[in-house]
Amino acid sequence: MKLELTVNDTPHVAEIEPRTLLVHYLRDVLGLTGTKIGCDTSSCGTCTVLVDGESVKSCTVFAAQVNGAALTTIEGLAGDDGLNRVQQAFHDNHALQCGYCTAGMVMAAVSLLEEQPDPTEADVRGGLEGNLCRCTGYHNIVKAVLSCGRAAER
Amino acid sequence: MTTTEIPAADGKGLVKIGQPLLRREDEPILRGEARFTDDVPIPGALYMEVLRSSHAHARIRSIDTDAARTSPGVVAVYTGADLAGEWVGQIPVLIAPDPAPLLAPRWGPIATDKVNYVGEPVAVVVAETRARAADALEAIVVDYDVLPAVVSPEDACTDRVVIHDELGTNKAYTWEVVITPESVDAAFADAAYTVKQRHIQQRCLPAPMETRAVCAVPDPMGGGGFTLYSSTQMAHLLRTLLAMTVGVPEQKLRVIAPNVGGGFGSKLQTYPEESLCLALARRLKRPVRWVEDRSECGVAMIHGRGQVQDIELAADSDGKITAVRVHLLGDLGAHCKLFTPGIPVIGGPFYHGCYDVPAFAITITSVYTNLPPTDAYRGAGRPEATYAIERAVDGLAAEMNMDPAEIRRRNFIPPFENGHQTVCMVPFDSGNYEPALDQALELAGYEQLRKEQADRRASGSTKHLGVGIASYVEVCGYAPSRMMAAGGGKFSLWGTSVVRFLPTGKIVVTTGSHPHGQGHETSWAQIVSDRLGVPYEDVEVLHSDTAIAPYGVLTGGSRSLSVEGAALSVTCDKVIAKAKTLAAHLLEAAEGDLEFNDGSFNVKGTPSRALPITGLAHTAAFDAHLLPEGMEPNLSAETTWDPPNFTFPFGTHIAVVEVDEETGAVALVKFVAVDDCGNQLNPVIVEGQVHGGLVQGIGQALFELAAYDDDGNPLSPTLADYLVPSAAEVPSFTLGSTVTPSPSNPLGTKGVGESGAIGSAPAVINAVVDALAPLGVTNVIMPASPMTVWRTIQAARAAAPNAKENGR
Repeated sequence: MKLELTVNDTPHVAEIEPRTLLVHYLRDVLGLTGTKIGCDTSSCGTCTVLVDGESVKSCTVFAAQVNGAALTTIEGLAGDDGLNRVQQAFHDNHALQCGYCTAGMVMAAVSLLEEQPDPTEADVRGGLEGNLCRCTGYHNIVKAVLSCGRAAER
Repeated sequence: MTTTEIPAADGKGLVKIGQPLLRREDEPILRGEARFTDDVPIPGALYMEVLRSSHAHARIRSIDTDAARTSPGVVAVYTGADLAGEWVGQIPVLIAPDPAPLLAPRWGPIATDKVNYVGEPVAVVVAETRARAADALEAIVVDYDVLPAVVSPEDACTDRVVIHDELGTNKAYTWEVVITPESVDAAFADAAYTVKQRHIQQRCLPAPMETRAVCAVPDPMGGGGFTLYSSTQMAHLLRTLLAMTVGVPEQKLRVIAPNVGGGFGSKLQTYPEESLCLALARRLKRPVRWVEDRSECGVAMIHGRGQVQDIELAADSDGKITAVRVHLLGDLGAHCKLFTPGIPVIGGPFYHGCYDVPAFAITITSVYTNLPPTDAYRGAGRPEATYAIERAVDGLAAEMNMDPAEIRRRNFIPPFENGHQTVCMVPFDSGNYEPALDQALELAGYEQLRKEQADRRASGSTKHLGVGIASYVEVCGYAPSRMMAAGGGKFSLWGTSVVRFLPTGKIVVTTGSHPHGQGHETSWAQIVSDRLGVPYEDVEVLHSDTAIAPYGVLTGGSRSLSVEGAALSVTCDKVIAKAKTLAAHLLEAAEGDLEFNDGSFNVKGTPSRALPITGLAHTAAFDAHLLPEGMEPNLSAETTWDPPNFTFPFGTHIAVVEVDEETGAVALVKFVAVDDCGNQLNPVIVEGQVHGGLVQGIGQALFELAAYDDDGNPLSPTLADYLVPSAAEVPSFTLGSTVTPSPSNPLGTKGVGESGAIGSAPAVINAVVDALAPLGVTNVIMPASPMTVWRTIQAARAAAPNAKENGR
């Protein structure tokens, strides 16, 4: 089937097998391997991307389901002026170690901050419940996301 | 703590050892550019899928692969019998329970006539795409003759069913260390107090976020060699072992571990899929790649823990522990992987904890079961030992109605700076245990917590507050080869680091250790910048590729900084020594008259006549005619470091929980960890390592269980069933530290990769038991799920209906 969508501001048209999962389309067809696969039950969140601005686990949707949508992956987050503020906050707070969960975690955090610009620690912990990390114990991830909140900016 | 970027204040870009430093590894990861094994593009690669045993114990009658062979896109289908000729040797056991004899079964990458656990490979499909390979896998029909399965180590001990006919028993070994048996017996006979407890170390899944992935590529330039990409913690050792077992000559094999998405010990192996991809690439003359599904990972990766612990303490009337006696039953799983039989043994000398115990006896029996093999998982033996002794010490405190902090204080080994011979073989390096306890108590607000607890108990609240303490000492810096050999090691674990000054004054460091989240690139550059006085940004650190890096055995046991890092420090000293000789020659001064500060040599008292080491590097490379007679060109050096002793980090953790009597739910409300890892190279990384370890220990205490049914079927191989804690289940942590330098290496470091996972589980369970003590609860098994806790409360009530009134 024919798929048309925009990924990181670049339009793509592709002929795909209908059973193609979005994460496989991104990784195998577009070569955007920054998005990872960490489980097969939608539990870990390493495959999180933004579909029309909302975080979606790309292992749980068919590519066909996002036909016509605008996607952002981890590769599309940084601008010409450097890392996006969430990426920068992850660096500044040592919120990544092995880095395998990082793409999904950052995308989920971007979405969370979009919905809740001024989150509490409980908001952040609850909001990132669908993204697992085995290295950081979440302490610095939570710190990084909170540092992007309005309260931290004041 | 405030973290800082590289300081530019002095204009030289120098960084110092001990300075908080953010990681240079981060940016490519944050941009999504860092490649992990399955991200590496390999043109023309075939995809392998593995058919795994669906039975825990069965004979293979036949395997019908006809339909799979004709499935679209399939290139080849092989059974174990088809591939029998590919293997030239057995994967060895690298830590044995010497001097006890070890009975170990033969095993290969793929079963031939019998399967011994669910998940064991029985056939492989190689196809043009991953989906085609997966489709064809379903067309393979295996006819099994199902045998009764042994799924508990207690059952294994009975030999009711013997798993490996050739061994005649399920018992792999019995390892016994009794320090003066009469004194142990006498201590128990004379004891004012005794404690006897049984603890279960449930099987845990290491569950790194990146499952395993492998790709074997025949050398595209010809020559008969192969490049193997693998998500491994041990590129060099993997190459050696694949050479020994698959028969590709070691010099013809290049192993690359790209970015690796966590290991925690699980990737310290030579796994079947690495052998299979390499053998199939050799057979098919095309690249062959494989990536593990998460549900495969739950059965195909090693499991952690898996022990039954019986521990007894004897104490005098003051609460001074006079003897510890331990019987340990280890569940090895279906066969021995590299370190399987050694894991319980590694923990053996730590069952007396950080206490001055005069009499000690431990007996370890390990058995085979029809479950996946167990092996190293964050802490490997020390979390288990710490759990048992710290639960038992709390049991003693309860028995004596003494504060758990006080009982620890009374028993700590007194401070020592350079060696303490413990009761069980191991000479600890340095230790000062009480200040870590004091700091943890203060950070936790211990007295206030006890007051709050008393108030809450008095109010009759059904939400019980519990405070749990765990003090630990563990062992890291795995290397000292003589001590490793004495402890049953069948290989050596020295480490190598190389410094190469380039003609432009920049530096390339190569190192044998491999990072998978620990930040070696940042840390190694930090060491060089400090020692050589060169800009941090001018130091490149290369690793994880056997074609580039010197041999480094493996990354595990929190060893890298104290071994390869120490090797790097010694190497810098060699570079400075050579540069000094050259500087003295060029300055026409005596070496003894020179001093070296911030990267430059000058004659003492004459700072104006200075030669920077970077300039000397240029001279040594490009103007070698100026070198003193007999000096080799280039400022480069290499050190292989085999330290004199292990390192012994320690600390105290305190957990505060609230347990709901009505639901059994445990909420972790506060966690304090005070760890002493010797000198800290980079506090940012130290804290990050502790945070991660804490959640793994908390996970074992409250959530994680690799569950199996009575027939050996896995009940929790996926992340939907296996509960890796999320951010919502844990609090932010309060960390502290003390610094007791290690005399075992020139950096004075001890290692911090595992401490978090060692102190946390016993602290949490001690807190849960403390919370429920008024209800008559004396033990809660892990994981302390709401159901388990609720049932424990009901059982305690049934046993002692008036317990609540009696209080603690």
